[in-house]
Amino acid sequence: MELFENIIAHYNHWVTIFLMVAGLYIVVARGNMVKKLVGLSLFQTSVYLLYLTPGKILGGTPPILDPNFAVYSNPLPHVLMLTAIVVGVATLALGLALVVRINEAYGTIEEDEIFADGEGGE
Amino acid sequence: MIENLPALQIVIPLLGAVLCALVRHGGIAWAISTLVSWMMPVVAGLILAQVLSDGAISYAMGGWAPPFGIEFRIDAANGFVLLLISVVGAVIMPYARRSVGAEISRRNQAWFYTMYLLCLCGLLGVSITGDAFNAFVFLEVSSLSTYALIALGKDRRALLAAYQYLIMGTIGATLYVIGVGLLYTMTGSLNFVDVAARIADMETTRPILAAIAFIMVGLSLKLALFPLHVWLPNAYAYAPSLATAFLAATATKVAVYLMLRFLFTVFGLHATFENLPLTEIFLALSIAAMFGASIVAIFQENVKRMLAYSSVAQIGYITLGIALANQTGLTGGIVHLFNHAMMKGALFLVLGAVAFRLGTVKIEELAGLGRRMPVTMGAFVVAGLSIIGTPGTAGFISKWYLAVGALEQGMWWLVFLLVASSLLSVVYIGRVVEVVWFRPLSEKAEGAREMPLDMLVPTLILVAATVYFGIDTSLTADIASSAASALLEGVK
Repeated sequence: MELFENIIAHYNHWVTIFLMVAGLYIVVARGNMVKKLVGLSLFQTSVYLLYLTPGKILGGTPPILDPNFAVYSNPLPHVLMLTAIVVGVATLALGLALVVRINEAYGTIEEDEIFADGEGGE
Repeated sequence: MIENLPALQIVIPLLGAVLCALVRHGGIAWAISTLVSWMMPVVAGLILAQVLSDGAISYAMGGWAPPFGIEFRIDAANGFVLLLISVVGAVIMPYARRSVGAEISRRNQAWFYTMYLLCLCGLLGVSITGDAFNAFVFLEVSSLSTYALIALGKDRRALLAAYQYLIMGTIGATLYVIGVGLLYTMTGSLNFVDVAARIADMETTRPILAAIAFIMVGLSLKLALFPLHVWLPNAYAYAPSLATAFLAATATKVAVYLMLRFLFTVFGLHATFENLPLTEIFLALSIAAMFGASIVAIFQENVKRMLAYSSVAQIGYITLGIALANQTGLTGGIVHLFNHAMMKGALFLVLGAVAFRLGTVKIEELAGLGRRMPVTMGAFVVAGLSIIGTPGTAGFISKWYLAVGALEQGMWWLVFLLVASSLLSVVYIGRVVEVVWFRPLSEKAEGAREMPLDMLVPTLILVAATVYFGIDTSLTADIASSAASALLEGVK
């Protein structure tokens, strides 16, 4: 019972961890290079939740000084995550561009087909 | 002017990168990059001189006072790293014009220099910043431009190497940022010094332990600590020659620096080495790197790939210095960081010249090349001796400090392992030397000539540096020693 309550109380973290592990699993388990990037994006996105949810206080308002409100949510995680989103978008764009070039050079984006003819390694 | 020097370290390369992207002309872009790269050591030298005379500098970026704003904080440790990166960048630029001209299509040359300057900016940014999240952003600026630099290689395998590096590098960066997130949730601060002050009474709580784990694993991926090094050999082997020389000399070193900063300044000795079995973990991984990667290097046919594996082994020596976590050992690690940059930079420049003349770096094609390119191959021998750690070269100094550091910890067996792994590097360096000097000329090597002067001079400067810093250690070892004591003291 205590465990159950613990899970409910921290459900935001459970969602975060599920997304994190799911994303990482896709990166490792999939051979298709686009799918790998989808997993990588999911993995990066889970971090946004990790930062954003502890910053929110129930009943807290945006940090604008007002005599009617005393409880403010922390705005810094949002700012940090805006930057992280930019980094994530740039990574995804560069990754997809590389996949396009790999498709032009090899005629496939399946890793097992590329490595089958001894590329990548020796 | 003088008080804004830390900002210039970032602003100048960033502006240079934008200019290069706008002019779209290879030659002009090269001129801009050279100008920028030559300004950087001046700025870094002035900063380091100021640090060594007056102590750590704190610079509030944009005028926002730390810990709320982003602080650039320079002490002996990162002042030294800044100088290292900017000197390597400055030395290799004259070499760049012909090497890049031969390896990169005319259309892409300006983009190459744009990426190079962005990478330089990112690396300098990671080294200079005093803010954990800002370090992540700069880390990704340098990493993203590195992926593009590698993908510009001629071989189609360069694309594959860049893609693999992108996946691994992004996982590393994301793990790092998860760790920083946990750290921020616990302490409410991102500033290194501020976090260090707040962490003391919670350093055994589970989120902090998780943060240490995430940050260490993430950075280990970035610095290619064995067994997280799998992205490195292909990336170095197929990247354009100049990019390989630059990255091998600087990129992993910056990740090592960031790791040092977290271990010693942010978490502190007590939270890391005294509470956790980090010494054992780092020792095991470093020794595995020193032996495993060296043995793999012996069997490589592509000399660039061989040196890439050798880099993994050499990173093992640097992390060995971290594992010892005492004054002498840490000095050895930091000195090796500098010395390895000099010698690996020199070796990759030599291979860039070989690729420039022969169009290949396969070991059998290099047979007899010593007779056609005696100066170039002589440079290879001297830098190779330094990798081995022969007395009179820079490599010996770092290994000496590591050995003494190991003895101080009572780990005399480590000295034998140091010598044994050096013998392995005798084998792989010796294999190239034997082929190059004692075999009959191969067909490809027949028509080769000495490399042009503007490529030769940068190579020889780096080779001269490996010899000079093997004899006069007042610059390297003394600064490394004060960097080590600055790190060990922490901020308390």
